[in-house]
Amino acid sequence: MNRVDVREAITHAHYEEWARVVASLTRRFGDLDIAEEAAAEAFATAVQRWPADGVPPNPGAWLTTTANRKAIDRIRRENKRDDKQKEAQLLYDDDPREPLDAIDDERLRLIFTCCHPALAMQTRVALTLRMVGGLTVAEIARAFLVQETAMGQRITRAKTKIKAARIPYRVPSAEDLPARVSGVLAVLFLIFNEGYLATGPDTDPVRHDLTAEAIRLTRLIHALMPDDGEVAGLLALMLLTEARRTARLSASGELVALGEQDRGTWDAALIAEGHRLVRERLAAGVAPGRYQILAAISAVHTSARQMRDTDWSQVVALYDQLVRLDPSPIIALNRAIAVAELDGPEVALAAVDRLEHRLAGYHAYHVTRADLLRRLGCSQKARAAYDKAIELTGNTAETAYLTRRRDQLG
Amino acid sequence: MQYLVSVIFDRPGLATPDEEAAIDVFNDRLVAEGHWVFAGGLGEPSTATVIDNRGEEAMFTDGPFLESKEYLAGFWIIEAADLDVALKLAAEGSKACNRKVEVRPFL
Repeated sequence: MNRVDVREAITHAHYEEWARVVASLTRRFGDLDIAEEAAAEAFATAVQRWPADGVPPNPGAWLTTTANRKAIDRIRRENKRDDKQKEAQLLYDDDPREPLDAIDDERLRLIFTCCHPALAMQTRVALTLRMVGGLTVAEIARAFLVQETAMGQRITRAKTKIKAARIPYRVPSAEDLPARVSGVLAVLFLIFNEGYLATGPDTDPVRHDLTAEAIRLTRLIHALMPDDGEVAGLLALMLLTEARRTARLSASGELVALGEQDRGTWDAALIAEGHRLVRERLAAGVAPGRYQILAAISAVHTSARQMRDTDWSQVVALYDQLVRLDPSPIIALNRAIAVAELDGPEVALAAVDRLEHRLAGYHAYHVTRADLLRRLGCSQKARAAYDKAIELTGNTAETAYLTRRRDQLG
Repeated sequence: MQYLVSVIFDRPGLATPDEEAAIDVFNDRLVAEGHWVFAGGLGEPSTATVIDNRGEEAMFTDGPFLESKEYLAGFWIIEAADLDVALKLAAEGSKACNRKVEVRPFL
């Protein structure tokens, strides 16, 4: 086997096996820190040994065995610690009664621990990317534009809290599951959105590494919990959004609005997969949650060959359904954008203006107002709204788009 | 595993009779389900005295060690298998005493 093949085998094993190795070691040794370190050492050993020894027939088993050995070595080295302290550092799973329908997989336990509600949102994101996604601390730090040492400290503090406060390593009970799943999905959606509309003057406007990682993790959870409608909904939403990724950015690095995108460049395979998930959820006949409704809205958009073919009444009806679930002003703003297509910009502007006191600091509010005012011929007011939107957006491609739109005003 | 559940409040005044009654119900449940270790309400921060006996002789200072709007109004010490159990109990405690609470593990 040549070097390139070995490198590919290692990359593939990392992609497939990292979370499994970390999860199984966490279960066995009751310690995230030991699991993470031993997994990293096992992969480092693979990098050294596989080129000479060849790729083992079952890479996953080889990595788990090697990592287990590394963990035991470390525990022996630290044997001096007194038992009581060691006991306090264990993660417990002392619930003997697993419900019969419990969806169980070591990786699922790992995900729920990393996304525990007692951890800050940014910490959950970092921990999930490290422990489940297998990204290095340096990669995560780069993704969120923070210093590597600061990111390392954040992850270390989280591991300490998990141990000291005894955050359990298990899949939540059926009663708590919906709330906890929605916490996990919030983490994944945040990772996706940071990739989709990356912030910061020196970062790429669309971070494919982050959107791809969010999709990969959501696929994993969907595979582990295939009957959860919201997991399927979020996956569909991500796929239908990702399908439009390349069309969203012009050659000159400017954001391209939905109505101006070249729909021929949309990824047909991702759209077909997203549509299939949405159809499955509709067929399930269970009242949809917010991700499923957002996915359905995305499905309506991606079903239209041209902007003018869009079934806007369907989009507005779905937003009405969403507003009932989540009366947030951001949902109301997005509903107003659809209303503009159905009932005209004047009706929409009235709805948008009613949101001012709650959204005055949100760039999309000003983007929407600017566009509606432009369509109504109110150039001066539109210009002021574009100025405000440009001031508030952190995405370089959006700044370029808004600047051009503003400068085209008569 | 034991956790300290601190009750945090930002206005003067003790628990109302309704709050007291709800706290009693909650405490009975803690006892019945084996979570009870200890609990108590505290006098206002102005009743505190700080003692420092690290030097030659003990120093007594009138008032709390930290002047802040929010203060410790009382606490529970509970026995719980893990943080999930502790958080659930703490959420019920917060509802019963009608105040914010903080959960911290004992070492």
